[in-house]
Amino acid sequence: MKKSLANYRPGECAQIVGVAEHAMGAKLIEMGFYPGKHVKVLFRAPFNGPFAIDAGGAVLSLREDEASLIETIDC
Amino acid sequence: MCTKIALVGSPNTAKTSLFNLLTGMNQQVGNFPGVTVEKHWGKFNLPDGRVAELLDLPGAYSLNAYSEEEKIVSDILHDRNHEDFPELVVVTVDVTNLERNLVILTQISDLNIPVIGVLTMNDMLTGNPIDTNEMSKAFNGIPFLKINGRTGEGKKALIDFISACQIQPVEAFISFPLKKNLNLAEARRDAEARKSDIVRRLTEVPSFVRESHDTFTTKVDKILVHPIFGYGIFSLVLFLIFQFMFVISAIPMDWIDSIFLNFSQFLQGKLPEGIFTDLLTQGIVPGVGGVLVFVPQIAILFFFIGVLEETGYMTRVVFIMDRLVRPFGLNGRSVVPLVSSAACAIPAILSTRVIGNPKERLITILVSPLISCSARIPVFVLLIYLVIPNTYIYGFIGVQGMVLFALYALGVIGALLVAMVMNKFIRSTEKSFLLLEMPEYRWPRWKNILLHLKEKVQAFVFDAGKIILAISIALWAFAAFPKLNEEQTAQGKSQIEESYLGQAGKTISPVFAPLGYDWKMTVSLLTSFAAREVFVGTMATLYSAGENFEEDESLLTRMREDINLQTGKPAYSLASGLSLMVFYVFAMQCMATFAAVKRETKSWKWPLIQMGYMGFMAYTLALLTFNLFS
Repeated sequence: MKKSLANYRPGECAQIVGVAEHAMGAKLIEMGFYPGKHVKVLFRAPFNGPFAIDAGGAVLSLREDEASLIETIDC
Repeated sequence: MCTKIALVGSPNTAKTSLFNLLTGMNQQVGNFPGVTVEKHWGKFNLPDGRVAELLDLPGAYSLNAYSEEEKIVSDILHDRNHEDFPELVVVTVDVTNLERNLVILTQISDLNIPVIGVLTMNDMLTGNPIDTNEMSKAFNGIPFLKINGRTGEGKKALIDFISACQIQPVEAFISFPLKKNLNLAEARRDAEARKSDIVRRLTEVPSFVRESHDTFTTKVDKILVHPIFGYGIFSLVLFLIFQFMFVISAIPMDWIDSIFLNFSQFLQGKLPEGIFTDLLTQGIVPGVGGVLVFVPQIAILFFFIGVLEETGYMTRVVFIMDRLVRPFGLNGRSVVPLVSSAACAIPAILSTRVIGNPKERLITILVSPLISCSARIPVFVLLIYLVIPNTYIYGFIGVQGMVLFALYALGVIGALLVAMVMNKFIRSTEKSFLLLEMPEYRWPRWKNILLHLKEKVQAFVFDAGKIILAISIALWAFAAFPKLNEEQTAQGKSQIEESYLGQAGKTISPVFAPLGYDWKMTVSLLTSFAAREVFVGTMATLYSAGENFEEDESLLTRMREDINLQTGKPAYSLASGLSLMVFYVFAMQCMATFAAVKRETKSWKWPLIQMGYMGFMAYTLALLTFNLFS
């Protein structure tokens, strides 16, 4: 089932399948959210704050708005 | 030729270290035209005696520009006629982050600009070192070198390469043309193609082993971004910074104050009496002192912010604070400047450069002087002594202390509310987003911190300092002329009362009468533009009493006994006293803040808007307070 990265909780792993049509699309891909990539949610800041994602080698933080642009499947 | 070189790299790739390593003290700072992004450039010598110019471009992950910084890089590299267009681009690449950092390298190469890749952070790899020849081979022959920013290892090889300038054409990585302002679909197509190309090419580098994220960093993060400990630790960090800015900085600030006071008195004694001597001893010397007195706090704040940025902790602060400050249009990076404005707004405003988003940065600058700073304390204390009884509620809650606390709280609440309103009204060219790398924790590179600190102090002293000095000389002149005549002296009038400033105060005092102020208070409001604490000194002069009211009661007694001639009631009642305190909470009576905002926003518009809105709030709320309590 297709989900977005915003649906995941700390400790869960996701495989990127695509990025939504959005001004940030290219940026997200360049930063490491490209199709096929496996990422892991490390932390979530309180009060529905940003996600900290292990995107292979580096940790990236992004808000729910950005995370919901990233289409994923479970891995 | 290769004498016009640009340095490009993603954030956290030790780009600044390489810039410092190559140019040393031979650096200059300015601004890119039209934006408030700093431009750093410098020079270094080549072995054959030629001089190479190095331009340090802002950190960028890609030429598909999204942030203001990336737009600058993209604009320059896409335009061969641009005055900053380089002959060679040096791209810093963090070896622990190859996939992400190589994007911009291949993009620049595809623009047919000669590039060299400089591999940094080689000592952070736990496994094999990366082989530069293998990298070159996998990436169409682009030359690669290794540099250690701390030890300087590899510097000579890079300089030799630049000097020899043997550049081979490089085959394109992605076949469709890269141009400025790609549309959404094109940018995505470029990003996807480029990314998979890089991933594929890295598999052809045998020495490249994909490493998982540093476990030490993850362990530390478990504590530092923890929902409870994370905020606790950040509060401690803020407390420490605040202590240094408030308590420790007072020592050198007192030295600076007394050095300039003594020097002024020394000159007064040595030079013949006259206008020129007065200008020197009462205008220029105190004016210069009034600029330099901010240096300790600026240095302290930049030192701490430097450490927070260099270690990587600042990105964690952004992570835990983002959700809390976003409703106010602020950025996680706004928190340290805002808290430090409780000591002084000037270093806080100068430090807002770390906030990337221009709108969030502007809001932080505009609201930070609302947080009550240390210069307001003498004003608050004097007024509290005057009008607030020294009594206790339930035997232990001091009313005077409570009022002081309420004034601080008022400033904080005011700042947050104003930020919220500005967030609605200020238009932004850049959408707020968060896509931030949280790098591995590293030991700070002290040289980078100190160079940056030195540059900031210099910029303040020579840039904002000019405006501060000019205003303080003007204020001196308005307060020193016209000189008292013999008749006025015989009547016991003070110089300030009869000066242009005093006359102006008397003239506009009807405007402030609804707030409960007499002409003396109005004059003090005017002189306070030099700095808020000048209020106390002006009062002391106007009442011909000692300035040190905590030891010498004469000022307090005379102020208490003073009668407002208009109303016939005591000048300092609860209502007029509180009204004055509220006015000082909100009004921007500080020429140094004005100068700092002018410098940081590169315009007269914003400091004027700031003075206007703060003055309006001060007047309205003081009026309200006066009427509530009288």
